[in-house]
Amino acid sequence: MVNSIEVKDLTLNFGSVSVLKNMNIDVAEGEFVVLLGPSGCGKSTLLNCLAGLLDITDGQIWIKGKNVTWSEPSERGIGMVFQSYALYPQMTVRGNLSFGLKNAKVPQAEIDKRIARAAEILQIQPLLDRKPAALSGGQRQRVAIGRALVRDVDVFLFDEPLSNLDAKLRSELRVEIKRLHNALGNTMVYVTHDQIEALTLADRIAVMKGGVIQQLAAPLEIYNRPSNLFVAGFLGSPSMNFLKGRTVDGGRAFQFGSMKIDLAGYQGGAVLERDDAILGVRPEHIAVSTSPIAGPSIPAEVEIDEHLGADSLLWLKAEGANMSVRVPVEGRLPAGTKVHLGLDIAKASLFDAKTEQRI
Amino acid sequence: MADVSVVSSASSAAMTGPRGAKPKRAMNPRNIMLYGILIVVCVYYLLPLWVMVMTSLKGMPEVRLGNIFSPPVEITFQPWVKAWSEACTGLNCDGLSRGFWNSVMITVPSVIVSIAIASVNGYALINWKFKGSDIFFTILIFGSFIPYQIMLYPIVILLREAGIYGTLWGLIVVHTIFGMPILTLLFRNYFSSIPEELFKAARVDGAGFWGIYFRIMLPMSLPIFVVALILQVTGIWNDFLFGVVFTKPDIYPMTVQLNNIVNSVQGVKEYNVNMAATVLTGLVPLIVYFVSGKLFVRGIAAGAVKG
Repeated sequence: MVNSIEVKDLTLNFGSVSVLKNMNIDVAEGEFVVLLGPSGCGKSTLLNCLAGLLDITDGQIWIKGKNVTWSEPSERGIGMVFQSYALYPQMTVRGNLSFGLKNAKVPQAEIDKRIARAAEILQIQPLLDRKPAALSGGQRQRVAIGRALVRDVDVFLFDEPLSNLDAKLRSELRVEIKRLHNALGNTMVYVTHDQIEALTLADRIAVMKGGVIQQLAAPLEIYNRPSNLFVAGFLGSPSMNFLKGRTVDGGRAFQFGSMKIDLAGYQGGAVLERDDAILGVRPEHIAVSTSPIAGPSIPAEVEIDEHLGADSLLWLKAEGANMSVRVPVEGRLPAGTKVHLGLDIAKASLFDAKTEQRI
Repeated sequence: MADVSVVSSASSAAMTGPRGAKPKRAMNPRNIMLYGILIVVCVYYLLPLWVMVMTSLKGMPEVRLGNIFSPPVEITFQPWVKAWSEACTGLNCDGLSRGFWNSVMITVPSVIVSIAIASVNGYALINWKFKGSDIFFTILIFGSFIPYQIMLYPIVILLREAGIYGTLWGLIVVHTIFGMPILTLLFRNYFSSIPEELFKAARVDGAGFWGIYFRIMLPMSLPIFVVALILQVTGIWNDFLFGVVFTKPDIYPMTVQLNNIVNSVQGVKEYNVNMAATVLTGLVPLIVYFVSGKLFVRGIAAGAVKG
């Protein structure tokens, strides 16, 4: 099968600054790929390169089996949705939707048909004759999506489309984008710094940092088996607990302070004995008990207890390190309580502190 | 029921009396200072205009009495008629009207051509950055710091070589070139305040250089075009130096013609005619300001706040 998007050895330099480094991604037909990363990681830049809005320094971009590395944005078969909506303020919604089609000399009857269809899918029929200034943020973003929709393209590019919306609208539109993807089956590349959006929308997530893709995998794979320390720390809120120590006993145990944690059941490569290792455990993979626990566990003391509504967060001190644990509401404990933390080693991640890679 | 409650709440409000800070009296020292200064400044600026208009409405015998601030005893429009259509400069005795039409023929094309080119310049410099575009812009701005007088002679030679020295078109070219730095700066800064994503969206929508310029940028830029229009109309209309250097008597603009009328040394100084001629010459920029003043302020403000 032909990949919808193929990026081959893409490199982009601004002067002497290297923004994207030797990037390779294949996106399958109909796949929803999310580019996730902190600001300045190059995710929006990569999207602009795909759209043809930035000239790349080296490498190739193929869309639908066609080399479009040097094609104009309008010739690439893409539709793009921007963070600031970027609706043409002097045109009505209808004018906004038809602008691209008129440029492409699409016959008027066909334009009307496509606008009617897009308006129906996005439920913006009553807004067609309004100017963007008379629309709410959510409506504007719908129109912006509609503008990509009427182009009848295979690939949709989203550049942080929900960042300008308030939390409630954001989750509504997020679901709608997912629904749209299910209904249309287009390939979508979606840039965001919001991990919830990434985890919920994506078929695959590409976590980026410093112009390099750190890991490209399905959301759960990325969440459960992060390939390096950065990915592990970036996803998840609160962040994964990192315990600094070393592996001992030929890799069968982890020495954390004075405690020795049995590594039986660890899902990963050969642990070996390493002087500098980091054990990463997510807050929800730790059991809390006031009485000693069977299996790998460490003693700790509750410092702060945060109530989140659905569940609670305990911030604890264990062997001098700060840790957070997610517990059910009824599992809340007052500050100062001495507890035992049971670690779920099968769901933990072990990193080499020097290479920062997962073992 | 509702009515009753409204009445009762109103009456209770009346009983408790007005609230908030004590109202300031209109005649407090601060206001007296403020309006006093404003009035003095207004008088300072309006007095010459008053003298000009009053003098222009008097006959010569009355002017000779020397009461320049007093209104005319006998109003006459003869000086205005003479200034417009009869005053002599050299051999021509058709007054300022010739200069007026010359100025119109100079100003209109100069304004249109310079704004058209400068707006495209500004648009290209912001949205279609090319290698060295910033250096190009710096050089352009640098040009506006060089005194015009230094460039007069070289431009005379250039125009002569191009075969348009002493023609209207020669002057139009000069005005267009000298308007370029400030206008390009103006348009560049305004266009830079238009979100870049709009430009990107238009590119994805398949609009090209001119498509984006005419269909996206232009409709959003009316205020800055008005600002440019006012700057250019007043600048070019009021220009004297280029007019006198690059044209010949037949096509002298109004300012040069005014100078020639006022400074003519033969015969009696007709102050009333001179005053009428001066007011006539200044009328066009004045009208432009009055008509578009509001848009002018809005345009400057829009560029400043959003930029």
